[in-house]
Amino acid sequence: MHKHTMREPFLRISKRGSIALPHAWGIRVSSVILAMILGALFVVAVTGLNPLDVYASMYRGAFGTERNAWVTIREAMMLLCIGIGLAPAFKMKFWNIGAEGQVLVGAVCAAGLMIKIGAGLPNGLLLLLMAAAGMLGGAIWGIIPALFKAKWNSNETLFTLMMNYVAIQITSYCVALWENPRGSNKVGVINQMNKAGWFPKLFGQDYLLNVILVLLLAVFMFVYLKYSKQGFEIAVVGESTNTARYASIRISRVYMRTMALSGAICGLAGFIAVAGADYTISTSTADGRGFTAIIVAWLAKFNTFVMILISFLIVFLQRGASEIASDFNLNEEASNVITGIILFCIIGSEFFINYKTRLNRRKEDAK
Amino acid sequence: MQYAVQLRGVTKTFGSVVANNNVDLYIKEGEILSLLGENGSGKTTLMNMLSGIYFPDKGQIFVHGEPVSIASPKAAFDLGIGMVHQHFKLVDVLTAAENIVLGLKDKDGYKAIGQKIREICDKYGFVVNPDQKIYNMSVSQKQTVEIVKQLYRGAEILILDEPTAVLTPQETQKLFSVMRNMRQDGKSIIIITHKLHEVLEISDRVAVLRKGEYIGDVPTSEATAQSLTEMMVGRAVKLNIDRPEPVNPQKRLEVRNLTVLNSDGLRALDEVSFDAYGGEILGIAGISGCGQKELLEAIAGLQTPAMGSSISYYPPDSDKASNLVGKSPLEISRAGVALSFVPEDRLGMGLVGSMGMTGNMMLKSYRSGKAVFTDRKSPKELAQRIVSQLEVVTPGISAPVKQLSGGNVQKVLVGREIAADPKVLMTAYAVRGLDINTSYTIYHLLNEQKKNGVAVIYVGEDLDVLLALCDRILVLCAGRVNGIVDGRSTTREEVGLLMTNLKEVSPNA
Repeated sequence: MHKHTMREPFLRISKRGSIALPHAWGIRVSSVILAMILGALFVVAVTGLNPLDVYASMYRGAFGTERNAWVTIREAMMLLCIGIGLAPAFKMKFWNIGAEGQVLVGAVCAAGLMIKIGAGLPNGLLLLLMAAAGMLGGAIWGIIPALFKAKWNSNETLFTLMMNYVAIQITSYCVALWENPRGSNKVGVINQMNKAGWFPKLFGQDYLLNVILVLLLAVFMFVYLKYSKQGFEIAVVGESTNTARYASIRISRVYMRTMALSGAICGLAGFIAVAGADYTISTSTADGRGFTAIIVAWLAKFNTFVMILISFLIVFLQRGASEIASDFNLNEEASNVITGIILFCIIGSEFFINYKTRLNRRKEDAK
Repeated sequence: MQYAVQLRGVTKTFGSVVANNNVDLYIKEGEILSLLGENGSGKTTLMNMLSGIYFPDKGQIFVHGEPVSIASPKAAFDLGIGMVHQHFKLVDVLTAAENIVLGLKDKDGYKAIGQKIREICDKYGFVVNPDQKIYNMSVSQKQTVEIVKQLYRGAEILILDEPTAVLTPQETQKLFSVMRNMRQDGKSIIIITHKLHEVLEISDRVAVLRKGEYIGDVPTSEATAQSLTEMMVGRAVKLNIDRPEPVNPQKRLEVRNLTVLNSDGLRALDEVSFDAYGGEILGIAGISGCGQKELLEAIAGLQTPAMGSSISYYPPDSDKASNLVGKSPLEISRAGVALSFVPEDRLGMGLVGSMGMTGNMMLKSYRSGKAVFTDRKSPKELAQRIVSQLEVVTPGISAPVKQLSGGNVQKVLVGREIAADPKVLMTAYAVRGLDINTSYTIYHLLNEQKKNGVAVIYVGEDLDVLLALCDRILVLCAGRVNGIVDGRSTTREEVGLLMTNLKEVSPNA
């Protein structure tokens, strides 16, 4: 009698109007638990190790000793700093893939002053000069693609990406120029004896100044984006350039101003890497963080305080993964799979926060 | 008698919003049914469930008496249900014939397909060239292709979502005669439209939805515009639009030889000249895309006019005219020109969808003061004032405006523009997509502005409204002024002709 089969869609998806905060966090926490279980299954299936040991080793790698913990904090601050730099650009929907290059150029400028001036100036003054130079370098690297976009509507994604390669070439040139000892093709630790241009210890901690600087920056960026007139213009341009034109916002100026700021903060991150972490310069000073920070900025939806959390999570995963690799003699790839699983679950949980899903219920009485 | 389609107890919710609640609806074979309801009353949701885009939460659908489950648009096709959406689903670079057979597995050659298309056209009175590319077609031709596409695929039940919104009166008449031919042939047609006179003209029966609930149906022969409106709104509504006589009209805007080139270097506006007076509503009529957008944007400073164009603004308190050509919107307002503009693309140009009402009020005012930070206090007060004065339905003034319904979005936009205390107020398609109630609110607001001595420019598409609201009507055709007629003495036919037949020599040449 039924000519047509009575089929219903298997999964129904509908958008949530709003979601209570505890519910949202419940989903996020369960996604982490799910990730741990999936990761454990992977560990058992592929390596036959006890997953609890693996997770414990992960934790040890990130926070096991005081030294490990401080390195984790330092790395998280680096990532956070670049993420803060990217936030205004991405909020403006300006696809700045060039943080890597902006960080490197900032680092090169800072390192150059550090080598050339050395102990010739008081350390505080030298650090200020290095910071200014790093920011200027980063700002120039940021403003060039913005200028081309404003004038000729060039594609900023490709442009900023290409600028990375230019920055890498400049860096290797400078490394060759400043190499120490001669023939090593490395710069080596700069000013190891007099520590000129090094971040001073605060309360006996090497990296406390990094933390303070970056957290101040986080507060600044939060306020800037949320409450300033310029932040308002960034939000409007990001949402619709037509609305921006309608509101008489000069889009090309906003592009250039914002990219100068974005590049400057990335350049400052380069300065912090040189003066507050590595005390040297190489083509791997940025170490891919310019790209990882894109995830930080987007996942946090440009809220710099949420970015703190995400930076820590990502650095924890990275450092944990390399600890697993050395502890259990796995290759780095295997541990990357685990971090991949965890990231996938956390990012995927956002879907369940935005949408409600329901599996097909049993067919009700049709009458 | 068996129904072509019957819906029983159909319910659909989106989150906490009930779009359709327990709706019962049927359509007979060989019947034209009008589905009437205000915005957000759930018409389109209901039809989307028939065409397989949504799946009902509850309830049952019967087609020719059989209970069916329509889980996908393909399932709807298989049942002979075809829907022509408001926004056409055609591939621009393909021909009519290619679009019509797109996705079908028939092995017919294009000759046979063309033949079959011509048969359908002859049968119902369509005119379609199967080999014409979509991008070369007018809106009305595209719509014809959409309808033929559904018939080609064997649709017995045809749903048309606001098909006349984009048509001239003459094109609408053509569509109606085709619909009558289809009815003759036993097809069932459901038409969604806001225009009551069309409902009365074309349909056999009217079904009314209000806030997702099925209110009831009446045979069209027993219905009047007044009775239908009351069913739709739930209370008596006055249906005539006021048109007070202009008091002491003074020239506010003088446009001379305004030419705007589009991105291809063609003339989107061609030597347009007219004056706008305070205390009057100047209507602008024309088929869509005839330069309306460029005209308003050029005056607002968003388009750069070509050499030789002149736009002058005459302030009320002095006779020193200021020139607007070459100025940005900011420079225009800094020059003391009180100009407000309600653009066609509300969320894409007039407002920022992701921001709340406060943020959207700030679009106009955020620069005020020397401080680095924005002042949120006065925009917030303005937002609250607009909410209470215009009865904006919103969860709160910080809720993103894109979450509001179309009518409320427009209230926010118009409210902000009027709050700027303009001397010239330009609106583009101010009531497009709005329901009767909100439309009348907007007409009322525009009349208020007119009485305050504002020069109102109203770009519209509904001729009946233009004829009832405007003091003078400027008709654009292919970027030229094809005539300026008196709103009180002109006729639908005269304006319709001016919209479609470009005079050889434009009257301002």
